[in-house]
Amino acid sequence: MDDRDINAGWPLNCPAPVSADSDRVLLAHGEGGRMMRRFIRDRIIRPLGNPRLLSMDDAASLSRIDGDLVMTTDSFVVSPLFFPGGDIGSLCVYGTVNDLAVSGAKPLYLTLSLILEEGLPLVVLDRILRSIADAATQTDVHVVAGDTKVVPHGAADGIFINTTGIGERIEPAPPGPTNLFEGDELIVTGPIGRHGIAVLCAREDLAMEPKPISDCGSLAIAAQALHKGLGNRLRAMRDATRGGVAAVLHEWAEASQRTLAINESDIPVSGDIRGVCELLGLDPLHIANEGTMLIAVERGAGDSAQRILHSLPESKHAARIGSVMSKQSSAVTVTRMFGRQQPLDEPQGAPLPRIC
Amino acid sequence: MKFVDEYRDPIAARKLLESIRRSASQRWTLMEVCGGQTHGLLRHGIEIELEGTIELIHGPGCPVCVTPLESIDFAHELAMLHTLSDHDVVLTSFGDMLRIPGSRGSLLDAQAQGAQVRTVYSPLDAVQLAKKNPNKEIVFFAVGFETTAPATALAVKQAAEEGLDNFRLLVAHVRVQPAMEMLLQSPHNRVQAFLAAGHVCTVMGYASYESLVEKYQLPIVVTGFEPLDLLKGILACVRQLEAGQARVENAYARSVHYEGNLQAQEIVREVYEVGDRLWRGFGMIPNGGLQLRRQWRQFDAQQHYALFGSLPIIESRQCRSADVLAGRIKPLDCAAFGNECTPDAPLGAPMVSSEGACAAYFRYRNPQVNPIDG
Amino acid sequence: MCLGIPGQVVKFTDASKPYAQAEVEFDGVRRVCSMACVPDAVVGDYVIVHAGIAITRVDPEEANRVFDELAAINEDAGWKDGQL
Repeated sequence: MDDRDINAGWPLNCPAPVSADSDRVLLAHGEGGRMMRRFIRDRIIRPLGNPRLLSMDDAASLSRIDGDLVMTTDSFVVSPLFFPGGDIGSLCVYGTVNDLAVSGAKPLYLTLSLILEEGLPLVVLDRILRSIADAATQTDVHVVAGDTKVVPHGAADGIFINTTGIGERIEPAPPGPTNLFEGDELIVTGPIGRHGIAVLCAREDLAMEPKPISDCGSLAIAAQALHKGLGNRLRAMRDATRGGVAAVLHEWAEASQRTLAINESDIPVSGDIRGVCELLGLDPLHIANEGTMLIAVERGAGDSAQRILHSLPESKHAARIGSVMSKQSSAVTVTRMFGRQQPLDEPQGAPLPRIC
Repeated sequence: MKFVDEYRDPIAARKLLESIRRSASQRWTLMEVCGGQTHGLLRHGIEIELEGTIELIHGPGCPVCVTPLESIDFAHELAMLHTLSDHDVVLTSFGDMLRIPGSRGSLLDAQAQGAQVRTVYSPLDAVQLAKKNPNKEIVFFAVGFETTAPATALAVKQAAEEGLDNFRLLVAHVRVQPAMEMLLQSPHNRVQAFLAAGHVCTVMGYASYESLVEKYQLPIVVTGFEPLDLLKGILACVRQLEAGQARVENAYARSVHYEGNLQAQEIVREVYEVGDRLWRGFGMIPNGGLQLRRQWRQFDAQQHYALFGSLPIIESRQCRSADVLAGRIKPLDCAAFGNECTPDAPLGAPMVSSEGACAAYFRYRNPQVNPIDG
Repeated sequence: MCLGIPGQVVKFTDASKPYAQAEVEFDGVRRVCSMACVPDAVVGDYVIVHAGIAITRVDPEEANRVFDELAAINEDAGWKDGQL
């Protein structure tokens, strides 16, 4: 049974027209031989625009680099595949690039593994590959290796993508969340909750206008600027993806064995995201971001950090939201109207729209 | 956000708080009826600020919490029906119901086993879904108090207007006043004044509370949900109690009128009639719910799907949600709270519903954080 | 069940009774809501929306009442704004 019409999967949401069956991914595209070779060359390698891939060797040789290597991997599944502000293609590049960037590395190389569902319209695949190529160009990373598999109809949700990234560590690397100290300042690099709300509105067809737009984008420039500008006064960076800023705060509180305290009124939230969150009973702190990070800087370095962030277009709304405190009974607290610190809960599962 | 932000003004809230403290000569016991109010009182820290001044008992006004296991189990079976029969049923629901534990897990658990469950924001969206998918059978899980009944009644009327024969309701609507009366009749009742549920009153008005006030001689103050609304409602209760008065008072007049929303009531009356209803944790409450009138029977999922109902209904023995819902104990008094029972692994509905008292305590009070002076 | 959020009626997308619908704006985002229960509402009014249905018009005069009451508290106690 194909229930995509009701689950708002790719055919309904993809703006590209779907015509004859020959315009779709077939099992044969993954079964070796000439058909597969042509498919990979024309549909996948060519749009990526990297001539080295055309040799279709079994492995990529990379040039020697000076610094330490940093490596990360991530798999991407999203429904719908296209959403305002991005798609699974841009997401799979920025997601991995951002993981490298917040770890204090300059992103260099990516691998790209595609699991395609039989029947995926080729126009959808083409559009995703164009997004991947654009995002790779924009972040100056090279796709150096890849793999493509086709699974029978129903065994995947259109397309799943895995990317592995390699970067070069820039010294001095931030010591990370185990090294947070009392007085350290906490900053978010932009208005929060945009990606999760954009995808939720698109997936559940919530009919909000204008459609909320995902923050899906690169953090590499902001991370490098902070790195350069603050040196060892930069303690930690983390992109606030699933579980939102609240999830990062809880992870950091546990890693540092300290309490992280934020002020509700300091948290940047754009009007449209606030409107949707109020309407659906959601807390923006629990909602995923894909181009917004939480950073911790040494006490007193917050102003410099904000100056650096405000000079970049993608982080011009960065804001200081709180600080690190000695350990209390609650790992993470939020100060609301009466100036009292109250526990901030960890998100539980995916946010569900509610009416009560 | 207009009509929201100004009611969260901390300076104004402090003034009201101070005024409540000055007015109260003793520790009065109030019950906020609606779970949304419980949530607001805890989230904004009002309950802690008033500790020692006012005792707030959390009322039964979480419709998700009082939806009987039978209904949740029925919804569960409906969502699975497509795996067992030709009925290609999609269960649509507010997100609130998805994590509530039934006898055989929650609707989210069912989804993992292949159930067709879809979250919607509005029952009218479920009607649209039925229209777009004529080969599917769309059932909407109609839970909620009088606030929500106009929306589901309207959905039925629109489905009829559109001639849809693939849209039905699983009705579990509850009425708040019979539950309030039941609490007052209890020999253990300690409630000295009610903060009545503002949005229920937006639809129903508050004329019908006059008989309650007369019979039980206690103040009932219609109260909203923002911090200033809640504080204003509490202050009004305290002033009446201090003056020895018992009146119905409206502290949410920007939204609530004496007679309520007559248009909404008319729509509800057209579609529903009052009936007895089982409340989780309370048992059968006479006139405690709404049911579809005879002429709308074809939209009644319970009539249409002769479901088995043979599976046993299993309620956790450790869960004391009945006592919490009736205001007999606070969530922290339950031995399972925070131990066997957490939002990740709830034993009862109040731990997982966003309006549930146990969930509110878990989120905002556990562990308790000391105030920072300054 | 009580999540009711105030929004401003921006324009009617379907003015035909009894199923009138209008775009309602909530802090920068708009959604089409049913106006079936608020037949008197006009563009510019604020309505409280619950589950996609406007359940009442917000009465702006009454909305200010709480602030009048606060002013009265000030006078009673001889307080001035910001003193707390």
